[in-house]
Amino acid sequence: MAEFSLPANSKVGKGETFKAPEGATRTKCFSIYRWSADDGANPRVDTFEVDLDTCGPMVLDALIKIKNEVDSSVTFRRSCREGICGSCAMNIDGMNTLACTRYIDDSKGDVTIYPLPHMAVVKDLVTDLSNAYAQLSSIEPWLKSSENPPDRERLQTPGERKELDGLYECILCFSCATSCPSYWWNSERYLGPAVLLQAYRWLADSRDDHKGERLDNLEDPFRLYRCHTIMNCTATCPKGLNPAKAIAEIKKMMLERQG
Amino acid sequence: MSLQSPLGRVRGLGSAKNGTHHWWIQRVTAVALLPLTLWFAVAMIKMTGSSHGVAIAWVRSPFNAIMLLLLIIATFHHMQLGLQVVIEDYIHSEGAKLVLILAQKLASFALAIAAGFAVLKIAFGG
Repeated sequence: MAEFSLPANSKVGKGETFKAPEGATRTKCFSIYRWSADDGANPRVDTFEVDLDTCGPMVLDALIKIKNEVDSSVTFRRSCREGICGSCAMNIDGMNTLACTRYIDDSKGDVTIYPLPHMAVVKDLVTDLSNAYAQLSSIEPWLKSSENPPDRERLQTPGERKELDGLYECILCFSCATSCPSYWWNSERYLGPAVLLQAYRWLADSRDDHKGERLDNLEDPFRLYRCHTIMNCTATCPKGLNPAKAIAEIKKMMLERQG
Repeated sequence: MSLQSPLGRVRGLGSAKNGTHHWWIQRVTAVALLPLTLWFAVAMIKMTGSSHGVAIAWVRSPFNAIMLLLLIIATFHHMQLGLQVVIEDYIHSEGAKLVLILAQKLASFALAIAAGFAVLKIAFGG
């Protein structure tokens, strides 16, 4: 059965509170999920008061400030700080998004920061994405053509190129997959919205001539049809993409080739 | 605990190469149920307070009997397809999953036959 309550060793306790330095006038509380495999303790939520007058505007700025100035053991992934690498995906105020493109001011009260939901936690805000990455490899996200390699680029009409808009922009942060209840219950078999959007990105590419094989590989009650159009993926995507529509397009292709 | 590679786990036993039919028929029965359910609800409301004899006469009309049979087929077919999905979503033990899917499919079929039989018995003057 799907588990609806947390196992005893996953119950989240209250952690420490770190006050803002003396004289800070504009402070904001950041409640951050903490867990480490090393101390054998349950997860806890630490609260950090941050002086916004000495902090950048984004949630990632606050995380980096906390790590630099208060507790260097706070662990999270980040790289580009401009919404293109997908490393800092996390659950902020109950919504999966990128810490680097989320304004601190968007949170009315305290900012609560948890790792991506329903993923195994490596440490603090870092989750284990090896299953998701393996699922991405399984759809073979590269151009496949039986044509002889051309002497120049493979050409597309502007219309054919337009088919890839809304697909190529995906940065694989997995905010969508980890917001999907169907992915939570069946992530070992359901590919999830991020990977299915990538699958459609290659199905929609006029230069790829392996569509039949790609569809064969996806046509499965679990890999594709676990999508029940819940649409959390589209609601949460920090890049404003629409994975639910991409999945619907795959289902339409499945139907089209049947009759 | 397993030392199998993540890609090996994800590829698993391969794609079932079906699921489209199940998904499509669920949509077909859903579309069929829109007018059928509406028709049935309106008919039931209109018959509020009527006698048993009026209800029997209503079922006996060929149009109503045919509509009722269509409603029964669409409802129970849609139900067994939907319940299968619910079980597949939440039950992860292969044994329990198989038993439950089998039980709900047989029960749905039996209920559909029983309901259809009731309509036919009245329609053909039982």
